[in-house]
Amino acid sequence: MKSKYYLKFTGKYLVRMVTLLIAVSVISFVLVSLSPVDPVQQYVGSVPNVSVEQRAKIAEYWGLNDPPVERFLAWGKSILHGDFGVSLLYRRPVLDIIREKFAASLALMMTAWVFSGVIGFGVGCMMGVWNGKWPDKILKKVCLIMCSIPTFWIGIVFLMIFSVQLGWFPMGMSVPKGVPADQVTLLQRIHHLILPALTLSFLSFANVALHTREKLVDVLESDYVLFAKARGESKWSVLKRHGFRNIMLPAVTMQFGSFSELFGGSVLAENVFSYPGLGAAASAAGMASDVPLLLGITLFSALFVFVGNMLANIIYGIVDPQIREGYGHE
Amino acid sequence: MKNESILSVKDLSVSFHMYEKGLEQYDLKVISNMTLDVRPGEIVVIAGSSGSGKSLLAHAVMGLLPENAAISGEISYKGKVLSQKDKEKLRGKEFALVPQSVSFLDPLIKVEAQVRGPKPDMAKIEAQKEIFKRFQLDEKTEKLYPFQLSGGMARRVLVSTAVLSGAEVIIADEPTPGLDLDMAMEALKVFRELADEGKAVILITHDIDLAFHMADRIAVFYAGTTVEMAEAEDFRQGEHALRHPYSKALWRALPQNGFEPISGFQPYAKYLPKGCLFSPRCPYKTEKCEEKIPMREVRGGYVRCIHAD
Repeated sequence: MKSKYYLKFTGKYLVRMVTLLIAVSVISFVLVSLSPVDPVQQYVGSVPNVSVEQRAKIAEYWGLNDPPVERFLAWGKSILHGDFGVSLLYRRPVLDIIREKFAASLALMMTAWVFSGVIGFGVGCMMGVWNGKWPDKILKKVCLIMCSIPTFWIGIVFLMIFSVQLGWFPMGMSVPKGVPADQVTLLQRIHHLILPALTLSFLSFANVALHTREKLVDVLESDYVLFAKARGESKWSVLKRHGFRNIMLPAVTMQFGSFSELFGGSVLAENVFSYPGLGAAASAAGMASDVPLLLGITLFSALFVFVGNMLANIIYGIVDPQIREGYGHE
Repeated sequence: MKNESILSVKDLSVSFHMYEKGLEQYDLKVISNMTLDVRPGEIVVIAGSSGSGKSLLAHAVMGLLPENAAISGEISYKGKVLSQKDKEKLRGKEFALVPQSVSFLDPLIKVEAQVRGPKPDMAKIEAQKEIFKRFQLDEKTEKLYPFQLSGGMARRVLVSTAVLSGAEVIIADEPTPGLDLDMAMEALKVFRELADEGKAVILITHDIDLAFHMADRIAVFYAGTTVEMAEAEDFRQGEHALRHPYSKALWRALPQNGFEPISGFQPYAKYLPKGCLFSPRCPYKTEKCEEKIPMREVRGGYVRCIHAD
């Protein structure tokens, strides 16, 4: 009974994921085809003495003269075989680059994600408990201001204050300059990570805090909290037994649903801090018209965001009895 | 008077501080000069239409009013006037509330854990199983979440919490709607037994008929005040035994007594009339009705009307 339900659940998500990826690849393929980027020119680059005939030959060899559907199918087929092509910018296979850059980005994104989730939740809870009192009013205003500050701008401000003026943190990159890769210590990496992670978590932190506050206020004004008080539960017991339990769910969902903002933010933050992650690679690929890398990153980011949303749904299903038991009795 | 009252409410007024368009503020007086008392071993039924302040009275006694509520008058328990702190200490131990609907149960906690409360001992679990059996809630019910309960089941679960609390004063806010006649009778019988064990029960209800047969005394509320407190016997005897014109009208409006409504409607708390709150609908209204009307004793009951005799 239970395993059948999970099988159905997983199957549904697999189907959704496949259709999503197909849709994303079709759309991005069409967009790239319509763009003025000439792949042959990009490939040849600044190499002189490439004649018109040679260019035509390259185009013929790549199948650029075939109808679009055929080209898409050919591209799709190699993607399915794990061949994402070679990046023109880095002159290495796209998959290798994504793997390497994503590892760097992951450290950055996860630090920011955990930081904004945990601290944001904590601050949100404090605001909810103090609803309407002065600490709540101050924190709320701070959060609203934080919400309206653009990521790239706060990144530059952080750089100016903490790197230039105070000299506490490095100006950019993920490792110190002039040190062999195998001699970089973990501490150095963390030192380089702090400012970009702080910048990235800035926006989502305020979002999480405000959202948590709103939820907690709702819960504390609910009938079941009134009844808990009527039964003599103390303020702390009410918070522990009813408050946190009931705001945990929306908080977790929101946290996993924020993967798209996280990825979008990382593009900006990594650029400001010259942090060599996937976000910086995405904008570099865009600027240099590196089509294979751009398409690869697009597909990968769609997958990344999808996995986040899927995790949110799965956790919701496990934690919320209304959904869990509801499915069970279907 | 066989017993001293355990809980008494004297001249209770509750008003809410409200904001209107922009910064305009006003106080909405939802309960005015309400009087009520209950003795150990009896059931006092509070009757009155929606908006007459029945549930608010329950919340005021338990100290559960929201922060924008201003409260005046006295609520005393065992002869001691209660402060907000006292109420917080007493609730759950000496006072128990039976709330109205399933929304008063935490949606994420199983029924058994909610009924037993935090950290139950064996005796409590036994008692819970006992009372569930009595209400024909089977073992499976314990493992359900609130959203899986039917209206009637939820009602029975809520009543069980009060029975388990061991409180001296039980305030039940409409415990019977949604129950079939047998179940409603069973629930009321449980309250009767609690009263017979020496507890004091305040029963807020719309099921006037049913309540009249189980009650010892009846308090009639109108527009946030007590208009009459009488022995339940008076209601069983009929219109002539009652004192306030509104109580009489309520009696006449019952299906078996003519099913006869009176015209007009209960005034909204913002536009209360001066003096007697019932005067705009009263056939006996005189000029004197616009002055302050005290509660006075007439034929063994209490009434807030200068014309009653």
